[in-house]
Amino acid sequence: MSSTNRTVVVTGIGATTPLGGDSATTWEALLAGRSGVKPLEGERFADLPVRIAASAAVDPGDVLPRPLARKLDRSAQFALIAAREAWADAGYTAMAGEDSSIAPERLGTVIASGIGGVTTLLDQYDVLKEKGVRRVSPHTVPMLMPNSPSANVGLEVNAQAGVHTPVSACASGAEAIGYAVEMIRSGRADVVVAGGTEAAIHPLPITAFANMMAMSKNNEEPEKASRPYDKARDGFVLGEGAGVVILESAEHAARRGARVYCEVLGQGLSADSHHIAQPEPTGRGIAAALQSLLDSTDLKPSEVVHLNAHATSTPQGDAAEIKALRKVLGDDLDHVAVSATKSMTGHLLGGAGGIETVMTVLALHTRTAPPTINVDDLDEDIDADIVRDVPRALPAEGPIAAINNSFGFGGHNVVLALRSV
Amino acid sequence: MAATQEEILKGLADIVNEIAGIPVEDVKLDKSFTDDLDVDSLSMVEVVVAAEEAFDVKIPDEDVKNLKTVGDAAEYILKHQD
Repeated sequence: MSSTNRTVVVTGIGATTPLGGDSATTWEALLAGRSGVKPLEGERFADLPVRIAASAAVDPGDVLPRPLARKLDRSAQFALIAAREAWADAGYTAMAGEDSSIAPERLGTVIASGIGGVTTLLDQYDVLKEKGVRRVSPHTVPMLMPNSPSANVGLEVNAQAGVHTPVSACASGAEAIGYAVEMIRSGRADVVVAGGTEAAIHPLPITAFANMMAMSKNNEEPEKASRPYDKARDGFVLGEGAGVVILESAEHAARRGARVYCEVLGQGLSADSHHIAQPEPTGRGIAAALQSLLDSTDLKPSEVVHLNAHATSTPQGDAAEIKALRKVLGDDLDHVAVSATKSMTGHLLGGAGGIETVMTVLALHTRTAPPTINVDDLDEDIDADIVRDVPRALPAEGPIAAINNSFGFGGHNVVLALRSV
Repeated sequence: MAATQEEILKGLADIVNEIAGIPVEDVKLDKSFTDDLDVDSLSMVEVVVAAEEAFDVKIPDEDVKNLKTVGDAAEYILKHQD
Protein backbone atom coordinates (compact mmCIF):
# COMPACT_ATOMS: atom_id res chain seq x y z
CA MET A 1 0.00 0.00 0.00
CA SER A 2 1.32 3.43 -0.85
CA SER A 3 1.89 5.88 1.93
CA THR A 4 -0.65 8.29 0.44
CA ASN A 5 -3.60 6.01 0.93
CA ARG A 6 -2.46 5.17 4.45
CA THR A 7 -2.60 8.78 5.59
CA VAL A 8 -4.16 8.76 9.08
CA VAL A 9 -6.82 11.27 10.02
CA VAL A 10 -8.88 12.08 13.11
CA THR A 11 -12.62 11.73 12.54
CA GLY A 12 -13.97 11.71 16.09
CA ILE A 13 -13.09 12.99 19.56
CA GLY A 14 -14.35 12.28 23.05
CA ALA A 15 -13.30 13.21 26.56
CA THR A 16 -14.36 13.26 30.16
CA THR A 17 -12.06 15.42 32.26
CA PRO A 18 -11.76 17.51 35.41
CA LEU A 19 -13.21 20.36 33.33
CA GLY A 20 -16.23 18.69 31.76
CA GLY A 21 -18.06 15.48 31.00
CA ASP A 22 -17.43 15.71 27.26
CA SER A 23 -14.99 17.29 24.83
CA ALA A 24 -17.09 20.38 24.12
CA THR A 25 -17.52 21.42 27.76
CA THR A 26 -13.87 20.61 28.44
CA TRP A 27 -12.77 22.81 25.56
CA GLU A 28 -15.05 25.65 26.65
CA ALA A 29 -13.62 25.55 30.19
CA LEU A 30 -10.07 25.42 28.84
CA LEU A 31 -10.59 28.51 26.72
CA ALA A 32 -12.10 30.25 29.75
CA GLY A 33 -8.96 29.42 31.74
CA ARG A 34 -10.86 27.53 34.41
CA SER A 35 -9.02 25.30 36.89
CA GLY A 36 -10.34 21.79 37.54
CA VAL A 37 -8.36 21.39 40.76
CA LYS A 38 -10.40 21.00 43.94
CA PRO A 39 -9.87 20.12 47.59
CA LEU A 40 -10.19 16.40 48.37
CA GLU A 41 -13.07 16.02 50.79
CA GLY A 42 -13.44 13.10 53.16
CA GLU A 43 -11.76 11.61 56.15
CA ARG A 44 -9.50 9.27 54.18
CA PHE A 45 -7.70 12.26 52.66
CA ALA A 46 -7.57 14.35 55.84
CA ASP A 47 -4.08 13.39 57.01
CA LEU A 48 -2.36 13.20 53.62
CA PRO A 49 0.45 15.56 52.63
CA VAL A 50 -1.52 16.37 49.46
CA ARG A 51 -5.25 17.06 49.81
CA ILE A 52 -6.06 18.44 46.35
CA ALA A 53 -6.74 16.83 42.98
CA ALA A 54 -8.37 17.53 39.63
CA SER A 55 -11.23 15.11 40.05
CA ALA A 56 -13.62 14.46 37.19
CA ALA A 57 -16.25 17.14 36.58
CA VAL A 58 -18.89 14.47 35.97
CA ASP A 59 -18.86 11.26 37.98
CA PRO A 60 -18.88 8.29 35.58
CA GLY A 61 -21.27 6.49 37.93
CA ASP A 62 -23.86 9.13 37.07
CA VAL A 63 -23.46 8.48 33.35
CA LEU A 64 -23.23 4.70 32.98
CA PRO A 65 -26.00 2.31 34.03
CA ARG A 66 -25.20 0.84 37.44
CA PRO A 67 -25.03 -2.84 36.39
CA LEU A 68 -22.36 -1.90 33.82
CA ALA A 69 -20.49 0.56 36.04
CA ARG A 70 -20.11 -1.92 38.89
CA LYS A 71 -18.18 -4.32 36.63
CA LEU A 72 -15.74 -1.64 35.44
CA ASP A 73 -12.87 0.07 37.21
CA ARG A 74 -13.26 3.85 37.21
CA SER A 75 -10.49 4.08 34.57
CA ALA A 76 -12.49 1.83 32.23
CA GLN A 77 -15.66 3.80 32.98
CA PHE A 78 -13.95 7.01 31.86
CA ALA A 79 -12.55 5.31 28.75
CA LEU A 80 -15.94 3.93 27.78
CA ILE A 81 -17.65 7.31 28.17
CA ALA A 82 -14.98 9.08 26.10
CA ALA A 83 -14.97 6.31 23.47
CA ARG A 84 -18.76 6.42 23.10
CA GLU A 85 -18.60 10.17 22.51
CA ALA A 86 -15.78 9.81 19.98
CA TRP A 87 -17.48 6.92 18.17
CA ALA A 88 -20.70 8.90 17.76
CA ASP A 89 -18.78 12.06 16.89
CA ALA A 90 -17.11 10.16 14.04
CA GLY A 91 -20.55 9.40 12.65
CA TYR A 92 -20.72 5.73 13.61
CA THR A 93 -24.20 4.72 14.72
CA ALA A 94 -23.72 1.00 15.38
CA MET A 95 -21.04 -1.41 16.48
CA ALA A 96 -18.78 -2.83 13.78
CA GLY A 97 -20.49 -5.46 11.68
CA GLU A 98 -24.02 -4.23 12.39
CA ASP A 99 -23.95 -2.00 9.33
CA SER A 100 -21.51 -1.61 6.44
CA SER A 101 -19.58 1.37 7.86
CA ILE A 102 -16.68 -0.72 9.26
CA ALA A 103 -15.90 -4.42 9.33
CA PRO A 104 -14.99 -5.80 12.79
CA GLU A 105 -11.72 -7.28 11.51
CA ARG A 106 -10.63 -3.84 10.25
CA LEU A 107 -11.33 -2.10 13.58
CA GLY A 108 -8.94 -1.94 16.55
CA THR A 109 -8.63 -0.25 19.90
CA VAL A 110 -5.50 1.05 21.62
CA ILE A 111 -6.35 2.59 24.97
CA ALA A 112 -3.77 2.93 27.70
CA SER A 113 -3.50 3.89 31.31
CA GLY A 114 -0.43 4.46 33.42
CA ILE A 115 -1.46 2.45 36.49
CA GLY A 116 -4.52 0.43 35.50
CA GLY A 117 -7.26 -0.47 37.97
CA VAL A 118 -5.40 0.65 41.06
CA THR A 119 -8.48 1.75 43.01
CA THR A 120 -10.17 -1.60 42.35
CA LEU A 121 -7.07 -3.41 43.60
CA LEU A 122 -6.85 -1.36 46.77
CA ASP A 123 -10.59 -1.33 47.48
CA GLN A 124 -10.89 -5.10 47.03
CA TYR A 125 -7.97 -5.64 49.39
CA ASP A 126 -9.93 -3.62 51.95
CA VAL A 127 -12.94 -5.88 51.29
CA LEU A 128 -10.79 -8.99 51.81
CA LYS A 129 -9.44 -7.70 55.12
CA GLU A 130 -12.69 -6.27 56.44
CA LYS A 131 -15.39 -8.56 55.04
CA GLY A 132 -13.60 -11.78 54.19
CA VAL A 133 -12.77 -14.01 51.25
CA ARG A 134 -16.31 -14.59 50.05
CA ARG A 135 -16.99 -10.91 49.48
CA VAL A 136 -14.09 -10.17 47.11
CA SER A 137 -15.73 -9.36 43.79
CA PRO A 138 -15.40 -12.00 41.05
CA HIS A 139 -14.97 -9.05 38.69
CA THR A 140 -11.76 -7.91 40.40
CA VAL A 141 -9.27 -9.33 37.89
CA PRO A 142 -11.00 -8.11 34.72
CA MET A 143 -11.46 -4.76 36.45
CA LEU A 144 -7.91 -4.17 37.60
CA MET A 145 -5.98 -5.42 34.56
CA PRO A 146 -4.49 -2.43 32.72
CA ASN A 147 -5.84 -3.66 29.37
CA SER A 148 -9.39 -3.55 30.73
CA PRO A 149 -10.30 -0.10 29.31
CA SER A 150 -9.07 -1.10 25.84
CA ALA A 151 -10.78 -4.48 26.04
CA ASN A 152 -14.09 -3.06 27.25
CA VAL A 153 -14.12 -0.41 24.52
CA GLY A 154 -13.21 -3.19 22.06
CA LEU A 155 -16.24 -5.19 23.23
CA GLU A 156 -18.44 -2.10 22.94
CA VAL A 157 -17.57 -1.45 19.27
CA ASN A 158 -16.77 -5.08 18.29
CA ALA A 159 -13.11 -4.45 17.44
CA GLN A 160 -11.40 -7.55 16.08
CA ALA A 161 -8.26 -6.25 14.36
CA GLY A 162 -6.51 -6.02 17.73
CA VAL A 163 -7.03 -4.57 21.18
CA HIS A 164 -3.86 -3.15 22.71
CA THR A 165 -2.53 -1.36 25.77
CA PRO A 166 0.97 0.10 25.74
CA VAL A 167 2.12 1.09 29.21
CA SER A 168 4.71 3.82 29.71
CA ALA A 169 3.54 5.73 32.79
CA CYS A 170 2.55 9.29 31.86
CA ALA A 171 3.42 8.74 28.19
CA SER A 172 0.97 5.82 27.88
CA GLY A 173 -1.91 7.72 26.27
CA ALA A 174 0.33 9.27 23.63
CA GLU A 175 2.03 5.96 23.00
CA ALA A 176 -1.41 4.42 22.45
CA ILE A 177 -2.20 6.99 19.79
CA GLY A 178 1.17 6.42 18.12
CA TYR A 179 0.58 2.66 18.18
CA ALA A 180 -2.84 3.17 16.61
CA VAL A 181 -1.34 5.30 13.82
CA GLU A 182 1.10 2.47 13.08
CA MET A 183 -1.74 -0.09 13.03
CA ILE A 184 -3.45 1.89 10.29
CA ARG A 185 -0.25 2.69 8.42
CA SER A 186 0.86 -0.91 8.33
CA GLY A 187 -2.50 -1.96 6.95
CA ARG A 188 -3.63 -3.94 10.02
CA ALA A 189 -6.69 -1.78 10.53
CA ASP A 190 -8.70 0.97 8.84
CA VAL A 191 -10.14 2.48 12.01
CA VAL A 192 -8.72 2.51 15.54
CA VAL A 193 -10.27 3.87 18.73
CA ALA A 194 -7.26 5.28 20.58
CA GLY A 195 -6.47 7.23 23.70
CA GLY A 196 -5.66 7.20 27.37
CA THR A 197 -7.46 7.03 30.69
CA GLU A 198 -6.59 7.21 34.36
CA ALA A 199 -8.36 7.03 37.72
CA ALA A 200 -5.87 7.05 40.59
CA ILE A 201 -7.30 9.56 43.05
CA HIS A 202 -6.95 7.38 46.14
CA PRO A 203 -4.92 7.93 49.33
CA LEU A 204 -2.22 5.40 48.42
CA PRO A 205 -1.14 6.65 44.95
CA ILE A 206 -1.40 10.24 46.19
CA THR A 207 0.81 9.56 49.19
CA ALA A 208 3.27 7.57 47.06
CA PHE A 209 3.62 10.36 44.49
CA ALA A 210 3.86 12.93 47.29
CA ASN A 211 6.67 10.97 48.95
CA MET A 212 8.60 11.11 45.66
CA MET A 213 8.44 14.92 46.03
CA ALA A 214 6.67 14.97 42.66
CA MET A 215 3.43 16.65 43.69
CA SER A 216 2.39 20.18 44.57
CA LYS A 217 1.54 20.55 48.24
CA ASN A 218 -0.31 23.82 47.75
CA ASN A 219 -3.36 22.59 49.65
CA GLU A 220 -4.37 26.14 50.57
CA GLU A 221 -4.94 27.35 46.99
CA PRO A 222 -6.01 24.34 44.88
CA GLU A 223 -6.68 26.37 41.75
CA LYS A 224 -3.18 27.87 41.90
CA ALA A 225 -1.35 24.60 42.57
CA SER A 226 -0.74 23.50 38.98
CA ARG A 227 1.46 26.27 37.56
CA PRO A 228 3.71 25.10 34.72
CA TYR A 229 6.53 27.53 33.84
CA ASP A 230 5.90 29.71 36.89
CA LYS A 231 8.90 30.28 39.18
CA ALA A 232 6.93 29.00 42.17
CA ARG A 233 5.90 25.66 40.60
CA ASP A 234 6.36 22.83 43.07
CA GLY A 235 5.07 19.69 41.38
CA PHE A 236 2.08 18.25 39.57
CA VAL A 237 -1.54 17.94 40.65
CA LEU A 238 -3.16 14.56 40.05
CA GLY A 239 -6.07 14.55 37.61
CA GLU A 240 -8.44 11.86 36.34
CA GLY A 241 -10.48 11.18 33.21
CA ALA A 242 -10.02 10.00 29.65
CA GLY A 243 -9.51 11.29 26.14
CA VAL A 244 -10.17 9.21 23.04
CA VAL A 245 -9.90 9.85 19.31
CA ILE A 246 -11.13 7.89 16.32
CA LEU A 247 -8.22 7.45 13.93
CA GLU A 248 -8.98 6.36 10.44
CA SER A 249 -7.17 5.87 7.15
CA ALA A 250 -7.87 8.92 5.00
CA GLU A 251 -9.16 6.60 2.30
CA HIS A 252 -11.68 4.95 4.62
CA ALA A 253 -12.82 8.31 5.98
CA ALA A 254 -13.30 9.66 2.45
CA ARG A 255 -15.21 6.56 1.35
CA ARG A 256 -17.83 7.02 4.04
CA GLY A 257 -17.85 10.82 3.73
CA ALA A 258 -16.66 11.40 7.27
CA ARG A 259 -15.86 14.83 8.68
CA VAL A 260 -12.08 15.06 9.11
CA TYR A 261 -10.63 17.16 11.95
CA CYS A 262 -6.97 16.88 11.03
CA GLU A 263 -4.21 14.51 10.02
CA VAL A 264 -1.90 12.67 12.42
CA LEU A 265 1.52 12.80 10.78
CA GLY A 266 3.21 10.37 13.09
CA GLN A 267 5.22 9.97 16.25
CA GLY A 268 8.77 10.33 17.49
CA LEU A 269 9.88 8.00 20.28
CA SER A 270 12.95 7.75 22.48
CA ALA A 271 14.06 6.72 25.94
CA ASP A 272 16.22 8.76 28.32
CA SER A 273 18.10 5.87 29.97
CA HIS A 274 19.02 8.36 32.65
CA HIS A 275 16.98 7.72 35.82
CA ILE A 276 13.84 5.76 36.66
CA ALA A 277 11.86 8.85 37.62
CA GLN A 278 13.88 12.04 37.14
CA PRO A 279 13.84 13.82 33.78
CA GLU A 280 17.18 14.04 31.99
CA PRO A 281 18.05 17.70 32.69
CA THR A 282 19.37 18.68 29.24
CA GLY A 283 16.32 17.26 27.46
CA ARG A 284 18.53 14.97 25.35
CA GLY A 285 15.89 12.22 25.07
CA ILE A 286 13.08 14.64 24.27
CA ALA A 287 15.22 16.25 21.56
CA ALA A 288 15.93 12.81 20.09
CA ALA A 289 12.22 11.99 19.97
CA LEU A 290 11.40 15.27 18.26
CA GLN A 291 14.25 14.84 15.79
CA SER A 292 13.03 11.33 15.01
CA LEU A 293 9.56 12.72 14.36
CA LEU A 294 10.97 15.32 11.95
CA ASP A 295 13.09 12.67 10.20
CA SER A 296 10.22 10.22 9.78
CA THR A 297 7.44 12.59 8.63
CA ASP A 298 7.15 15.47 6.17
CA LEU A 299 6.55 17.90 9.05
CA LYS A 300 8.50 21.13 8.54
CA PRO A 301 9.50 23.10 11.65
CA SER A 302 8.29 26.25 9.87
CA GLU A 303 4.67 25.02 9.86
CA VAL A 304 4.51 24.19 13.58
CA VAL A 305 2.40 26.90 15.20
CA HIS A 306 1.22 25.20 18.40
CA LEU A 307 2.55 22.89 21.07
CA ASN A 308 0.54 21.13 23.75
CA ALA A 309 3.45 20.70 26.13
CA HIS A 310 3.94 17.88 28.61
CA ALA A 311 4.67 20.58 31.24
CA THR A 312 3.43 18.98 34.46
CA SER A 313 4.49 21.87 36.73
CA THR A 314 7.63 20.22 38.12
CA PRO A 315 10.72 22.46 38.42
CA GLN A 316 13.05 20.20 36.38
CA GLY A 317 10.69 18.71 33.81
CA ASP A 318 9.14 21.91 32.45
CA ALA A 319 12.56 23.46 31.84
CA ALA A 320 14.10 20.36 30.23
CA GLU A 321 11.24 20.12 27.74
CA ILE A 322 11.62 23.72 26.55
CA LYS A 323 15.40 23.31 26.30
CA ALA A 324 14.96 20.29 24.07
CA LEU A 325 12.46 22.06 21.83
CA ARG A 326 14.79 25.04 21.44
CA LYS A 327 17.66 22.73 20.59
CA VAL A 328 15.80 21.00 17.77
CA LEU A 329 13.53 23.75 16.45
CA GLY A 330 15.92 26.68 16.94
CA ASP A 331 14.33 29.98 15.89
CA ASP A 332 11.28 28.08 14.65
CA LEU A 333 10.22 27.72 18.30
CA ASP A 334 9.55 31.48 18.28
CA HIS A 335 6.38 31.05 16.19
CA VAL A 336 5.04 28.18 18.32
CA ALA A 337 2.21 29.08 20.70
CA VAL A 338 2.97 26.88 23.73
CA SER A 339 0.06 25.75 25.91
CA ALA A 340 0.39 23.85 29.19
CA THR A 341 -3.17 22.65 29.67
CA LYS A 342 -2.22 20.69 32.80
CA SER A 343 -2.39 24.08 34.52
CA MET A 344 -6.16 23.52 34.32
CA THR A 345 -6.70 19.75 34.08
CA GLY A 346 -3.96 18.62 36.41
CA HIS A 347 -1.91 15.63 35.30
CA LEU A 348 -3.97 12.65 34.15
CA LEU A 349 -0.87 10.39 33.99
CA GLY A 350 -1.71 7.78 31.31
CA GLY A 351 -4.82 9.78 30.43
CA ALA A 352 -2.83 12.91 29.65
CA GLY A 353 -1.80 11.89 26.13
CA GLY A 354 -5.43 11.10 25.37
CA ILE A 355 -7.04 14.34 26.53
CA GLU A 356 -4.17 16.46 25.23
CA THR A 357 -4.48 14.89 21.78
CA VAL A 358 -8.18 15.79 21.84
CA MET A 359 -7.19 19.35 22.78
CA THR A 360 -4.53 19.53 20.06
CA VAL A 361 -7.08 18.32 17.51
CA LEU A 362 -9.49 21.07 18.64
CA ALA A 363 -6.71 23.69 18.63
CA LEU A 364 -5.98 22.92 14.96
CA HIS A 365 -9.62 22.54 14.01
CA THR A 366 -10.71 25.82 15.61
CA ARG A 367 -7.31 27.49 15.03
CA THR A 368 -7.13 28.53 18.65
CA ALA A 369 -4.45 27.74 21.22
CA PRO A 370 -5.81 27.27 24.76
CA PRO A 371 -4.20 29.31 27.53
CA THR A 372 -1.84 28.35 30.34
CA ILE A 373 -3.03 29.65 33.69
CA ASN A 374 -1.11 30.54 36.85
CA VAL A 375 2.03 31.80 35.12
CA ASP A 376 2.25 34.79 37.45
CA ASP A 377 6.01 34.98 37.36
CA LEU A 378 7.48 33.31 34.26
CA ASP A 379 10.65 31.35 34.99
CA GLU A 380 13.53 32.91 33.02
CA ASP A 381 14.65 29.40 32.02
CA ILE A 382 11.53 29.11 29.89
CA ASP A 383 12.68 30.46 26.55
CA ALA A 384 9.45 30.00 24.58
CA ASP A 385 6.26 31.84 23.71
CA ILE A 386 3.82 30.67 26.39
CA VAL A 387 0.11 31.37 25.76
CA ARG A 388 -0.85 32.95 29.07
CA ASP A 389 -4.29 33.44 30.63
CA VAL A 390 -6.31 33.93 27.44
CA PRO A 391 -6.58 31.82 24.28
CA ARG A 392 -4.66 32.86 21.21
CA ALA A 393 -5.79 32.74 17.57
CA LEU A 394 -3.58 30.57 15.35
CA PRO A 395 -2.96 31.55 11.69
CA ALA A 396 -6.34 31.60 9.94
CA GLU A 397 -5.04 30.60 6.49
CA GLY A 398 -3.00 27.74 5.11
CA PRO A 399 -1.92 24.45 6.63
CA ILE A 400 -0.86 24.58 10.28
CA ALA A 401 0.72 21.89 12.41
CA ALA A 402 0.95 21.16 16.11
CA ILE A 403 3.03 18.96 18.38
CA ASN A 404 1.77 17.12 21.43
CA ASN A 405 4.38 15.95 23.95
CA SER A 406 4.10 13.25 26.59
CA PHE A 407 6.85 11.87 28.80
CA GLY A 408 6.75 9.27 31.52
CA PHE A 409 8.54 7.86 34.55
CA GLY A 410 10.93 5.30 33.13
CA GLY A 411 12.33 7.83 30.67
CA HIS A 412 9.70 7.38 27.92
CA ASN A 413 9.40 10.22 25.40
CA VAL A 414 6.53 10.39 22.91
CA VAL A 415 6.10 13.31 20.51
CA LEU A 416 3.04 13.34 18.24
CA ALA A 417 2.53 15.65 15.25
CA LEU A 418 -0.82 16.68 13.80
CA ARG A 419 -1.62 18.92 10.82
CA SER A 420 -4.73 20.71 9.64
CA VAL A 421 -6.45 19.49 6.48
CA MET B 1 -37.88 -17.83 60.70
CA ALA B 2 -37.35 -19.50 57.34
CA ALA B 3 -38.34 -17.57 54.25
CA THR B 4 -41.20 -18.76 52.03
CA GLN B 5 -40.72 -19.44 48.34
CA GLU B 6 -42.47 -16.18 47.60
CA GLU B 7 -40.11 -14.25 49.87
CA ILE B 8 -37.11 -15.99 48.33
CA LEU B 9 -38.25 -15.09 44.81
CA LYS B 10 -38.67 -11.47 45.84
CA GLY B 11 -35.21 -11.47 47.45
CA LEU B 12 -33.60 -13.04 44.38
CA ALA B 13 -35.38 -10.53 42.14
CA ASP B 14 -33.91 -7.66 44.17
CA ILE B 15 -30.43 -9.21 43.94
CA VAL B 16 -30.64 -9.79 40.17
CA ASN B 17 -31.97 -6.26 39.74
CA GLU B 18 -29.03 -4.84 41.68
CA ILE B 19 -26.40 -6.90 39.86
CA ALA B 20 -27.72 -7.14 36.30
CA GLY B 21 -30.20 -4.27 36.16
CA ILE B 22 -33.12 -6.56 35.16
CA PRO B 23 -36.51 -5.19 36.31
CA VAL B 24 -37.73 -6.99 39.43
CA GLU B 25 -40.97 -8.09 37.75
CA ASP B 26 -39.03 -9.89 34.99
CA VAL B 27 -37.25 -12.17 37.46
CA LYS B 28 -39.49 -15.24 37.50
CA LEU B 29 -38.98 -18.84 38.62
CA ASP B 30 -38.67 -20.21 35.06
CA LYS B 31 -36.04 -17.66 33.96
CA SER B 32 -32.49 -18.80 33.24
CA PHE B 33 -29.81 -16.66 34.88
CA THR B 34 -27.49 -16.71 31.85
CA ASP B 35 -29.96 -16.87 28.97
CA ASP B 36 -32.72 -14.57 30.23
CA LEU B 37 -31.31 -12.35 32.97
CA ASP B 38 -27.89 -11.27 31.69
CA VAL B 39 -26.10 -12.92 34.63
CA ASP B 40 -22.79 -14.33 33.34
CA SER B 41 -20.63 -16.78 35.29
CA LEU B 42 -18.84 -13.98 37.15
CA SER B 43 -22.03 -12.17 38.07
CA MET B 44 -23.53 -15.51 39.16
CA VAL B 45 -20.88 -15.65 41.87
CA GLU B 46 -22.13 -12.28 43.08
CA VAL B 47 -25.73 -13.46 43.02
CA VAL B 48 -24.79 -16.53 45.08
CA VAL B 49 -22.85 -14.53 47.68
CA ALA B 50 -25.68 -12.02 48.00
CA ALA B 51 -28.24 -14.81 48.32
CA GLU B 52 -26.15 -16.54 51.01
CA GLU B 53 -26.22 -13.35 53.02
CA ALA B 54 -29.87 -12.56 52.44
CA PHE B 55 -31.16 -16.03 53.34
CA ASP B 56 -28.50 -17.21 55.79
CA VAL B 57 -27.65 -20.25 53.68
CA LYS B 58 -24.40 -21.78 52.39
CA ILE B 59 -24.22 -22.53 48.66
CA PRO B 60 -20.96 -24.43 47.99
CA ASP B 61 -19.23 -23.74 44.64
CA GLU B 62 -19.93 -27.28 43.42
CA ASP B 63 -23.69 -26.72 43.79
CA VAL B 64 -23.71 -23.37 41.97
CA LYS B 65 -23.46 -25.04 38.53
CA ASN B 66 -26.82 -26.77 39.14
CA LEU B 67 -28.62 -23.47 39.70
CA LYS B 68 -29.62 -22.74 36.11
CA THR B 69 -32.91 -20.97 36.77
CA VAL B 70 -34.30 -18.69 39.43
CA GLY B 71 -36.55 -21.61 40.40
CA ASP B 72 -33.51 -23.88 40.92
CA ALA B 73 -32.00 -21.27 43.24
CA ALA B 74 -35.25 -20.68 45.13
CA GLU B 75 -35.73 -24.40 45.66
CA TYR B 76 -32.12 -24.84 46.82
CA ILE B 77 -32.45 -22.00 49.32
CA LEU B 78 -35.84 -23.25 50.56
CA LYS B 79 -34.30 -26.69 51.25
CA HIS B 80 -31.03 -25.55 52.79
CA GLN B 81 -31.91 -22.51 54.88
CA ASP B 82 -31.56 -22.83 58.65
